[in-house]
Amino acid sequence: MTEVAIMPTRALLLALLLIASAGLAACGGAEPEAAAPAAATSPDNPGGLTDAQLEHGIGPVSAMTLEAEIDAALAAQGEAVFNMKCAACHKMDQRYVGPPLGDVLTRRSPAYVMNMMLNPEEMLQKHPAARELLAQYMTPMPNQTLTHDEARAILEFLRTQQPAATPAP
Amino acid sequence: MLNRPVFRITLGIAALVLAAVLVNACRTTGSAGLADGDAAQRVYVPPGQHDEFYAFMSGGFSGNLTVHGLPSGRLLKTVPVFSQFPENGWGYSEETKNMLMTSHGFVPWDDAHHPELSMTDGVPDGRWIFINGNNTPRVARIDLTTFETDEILEIPNSAGNHGSPFITPNSEYLVASTRFSVPVPQQDVSIDSYKQNFKGTLSFIRADRPGEMDVAFQILVPGYNYDLAHAGKGPSDGWMFFTSYNSEEANTLLEINASQNDKDFIAAVNWRRAEECVAGGAARTMPARYAHNHFDEAHIARHELKTEVTVLEPSDCPNLVYFLPTPKSPHGVDVDPTGEYIVAGGKLATVIPVHSFRKMIDAIENERFETVVDGIPVLQYEAIIAGEVENPGLGPLHTEFDGNGYAYTTAFISSEIVKWSLETFEVVDRIPVYYSVGHLMIPGGDSRRPWGKYLVALNKITKDRYLPTGPELAHAAQLIDISGDKMRLLLDFPTMGEPHYAQAIAADVIKDRQVKMYQLSENKNPYAVKGEGETRVERNGNEVHVYMSTIRSHFAPDNIEGIKVGDTVYFHVTNLEQDWDVPHGFAVLGANNAELLIMPGQTRTLVWKPERVGVFPFYCTDFCSALHQEMQGYVRVSPAGSDVPLAYGTGGTLTTASR
Ligand code: HEC
Ligand SMILES: [Cu+2]
Repeated sequence: MTEVAIMPTRALLLALLLIASAGLAACGGAEPEAAAPAAATSPDNPGGLTDAQLEHGIGPVSAMTLEAEIDAALAAQGEAVFNMKCAACHKMDQRYVGPPLGDVLTRRSPAYVMNMMLNPEEMLQKHPAARELLAQYMTPMPNQTLTHDEARAILEFLRTQQPAATPAP
Repeated sequence: MLNRPVFRITLGIAALVLAAVLVNACRTTGSAGLADGDAAQRVYVPPGQHDEFYAFMSGGFSGNLTVHGLPSGRLLKTVPVFSQFPENGWGYSEETKNMLMTSHGFVPWDDAHHPELSMTDGVPDGRWIFINGNNTPRVARIDLTTFETDEILEIPNSAGNHGSPFITPNSEYLVASTRFSVPVPQQDVSIDSYKQNFKGTLSFIRADRPGEMDVAFQILVPGYNYDLAHAGKGPSDGWMFFTSYNSEEANTLLEINASQNDKDFIAAVNWRRAEECVAGGAARTMPARYAHNHFDEAHIARHELKTEVTVLEPSDCPNLVYFLPTPKSPHGVDVDPTGEYIVAGGKLATVIPVHSFRKMIDAIENERFETVVDGIPVLQYEAIIAGEVENPGLGPLHTEFDGNGYAYTTAFISSEIVKWSLETFEVVDRIPVYYSVGHLMIPGGDSRRPWGKYLVALNKITKDRYLPTGPELAHAAQLIDISGDKMRLLLDFPTMGEPHYAQAIAADVIKDRQVKMYQLSENKNPYAVKGEGETRVERNGNEVHVYMSTIRSHFAPDNIEGIKVGDTVYFHVTNLEQDWDVPHGFAVLGANNAELLIMPGQTRTLVWKPERVGVFPFYCTDFCSALHQEMQGYVRVSPAGSDVPLAYGTGGTLTTASR
């Protein structure tokens, strides 16, 4: 029922966009705005993300495989950056301003975590899992302007904190 | 369900309206019809788009500099310079208050007149903008990557630093000429010994070394009033021209007594010659006291008092200074883009005299001197004049240039701007302005390469131009289109304080160089915290240091106990954000100074001296997030001598301070 009601509205919107872009083009003005993605939408995936995006997040990093061994030196660098730029909001074992990160890699893929660090604005706008957390925590995770290398180092540090990394007593 | 069709119809109408608007826009843009008189279209900068120019307006007696966009006239920023500014804690915070130190102590106010952009090869380069403080003679350098005042130098042996800070074509020097002559060095003498004891100074300040601004040398000149200046360029590079009035050397009722002589002087100073004389040992050093303040690498203002200055007497350095006789109490002196013409605004004169640099050099070589004053040759007027612009309006003051062969001069008394040709020296157009225009500004209009598209009239009197706001009115600026043959008024816009003079630069030159935040990892403030884990409170006798952090949306620590009446509490607040446009504020109840506004990655410190027992809140003043109203904390203040332990924390039990 809802689908049916929405479709004509979408069609109108599209027409509106077309008129607008035609008008602008006729003036020799600005580039027309990109049209909305055509992919089908569902309540779980309102942005129409691809499966890869759903799994690995949206941003500069796509699916990645990690070395089996944790690089301790890299993890130490990551810890320093984490303490400076993240610890004000995240603890490992308990909820603080943001969710605990001690088990984040059991919930999310490494690339997802990288994209959350490097591209939080878009993640919070488009990714259903990130949006769900935002609804829960009410504070948007800020962009801390990390370099790719810094984010990678933090990821290594987070690996040392996961339940699998420290064998259960 | 019911409202769906309604929604659809609305959208349909919206589509039609939009189409109509767009068709209309097509008809107007690009067609010749619009060029005639649609002023609104010309100053309209659509939402989300940027202006074409940054305009820097002096804030006059507010002591600030304001930044407007042109052509819209929109106010983009106020940069505090010589004034305390509670909006961001400038001059209140521990890191910035030294900027306002002078040899007279802390002077949190001044009268800022002339913004001056740094130049390379005679063209504004967008590195810095300088501005003068008139009242307690100072010049400041503002960095145009941060839009923050970075350095302030006081000028010794000066009083009323009006003729400042005009810059040489490669930013080697900026100058500061003293409006009031005073005893040099200062001494207790009767005012009517003026002629015998009072002197003027023309100071040359090293300008191109950030953090090292200094008076390179001062030239001692007769006790006139020195008003404005401009550097030579092209062929006249190496010279600086200063106007003077009161060659009568009156010390009372100047209104009458300083308007006696037919002509006063422009002092032409060969500053390369001055460099030679100083290097050759012709100058002497003189005891003096003046302040130099600048940010160190930790972004904390350092204040030092200098104790001597280099002084050069024209009689010890032949061929250094020449006087160009100029009618009548000249105010502005402006050099055209080619560097050949030196235009004076004789505020009581009936013509605009235009001196020729080439003729000036000939006259010097052929010693065509009228007389010699205090060892300074006065050149013959007829020998140096290139032309006189007739009928320039009443009270001509200042001239700027469009780079297309025209000059534009303000006429204060007749409230108009006259456009005249640098070839014929004839007035070709005039336009009324509202009211009593002082300076005018064309972007780059005093440089070798003006952007000759707009002109801004900076008016002293506003009267009926805007909705009235009681007795005090914002000063009026008017934007005038000078791209065609006829000047056309486009826009009125109000300004802050007295926008005495302004400069503007194409936005492209600086907009991509903006600092968006400070790197937390590079923060060198000794009280910075690099992460919430480093936050703490320490006591040292009566001093308590709170090492605090902010991030959306909490302070750490946000509960503090163990402060006592009589303590001096330093809140050192570090903003841990690393994103653009996320400052946090800090304010505590009863603070006698101001709040703080802390940029991402920066540390700023506020001192608080609690005088009452109680529990006092602090909070973030800059609306930072949805939970901004939650961004708060408490400080408990106990009586002097109480044994409540010093303790602090966020979100859990308090940690007792280790010391
Ligand atoms: C201002 C507080 C704040 C800071 C600083 C912050 N985060 Fe977050 N973070 C959050 C919040 C809140 C969420 C939950 C999503 C939301 O509300 O935006 C989150 C979510 C995350 C997630 C996703 C967790 C999941 O289960 O999906 C990761 C990973 C993460 N943050 C890592 C970091 C790292 C690494 C840093 C430092 C570079 C950092 N965060 C800095 C508040 C913050
Ligand atoms: Cu805040």
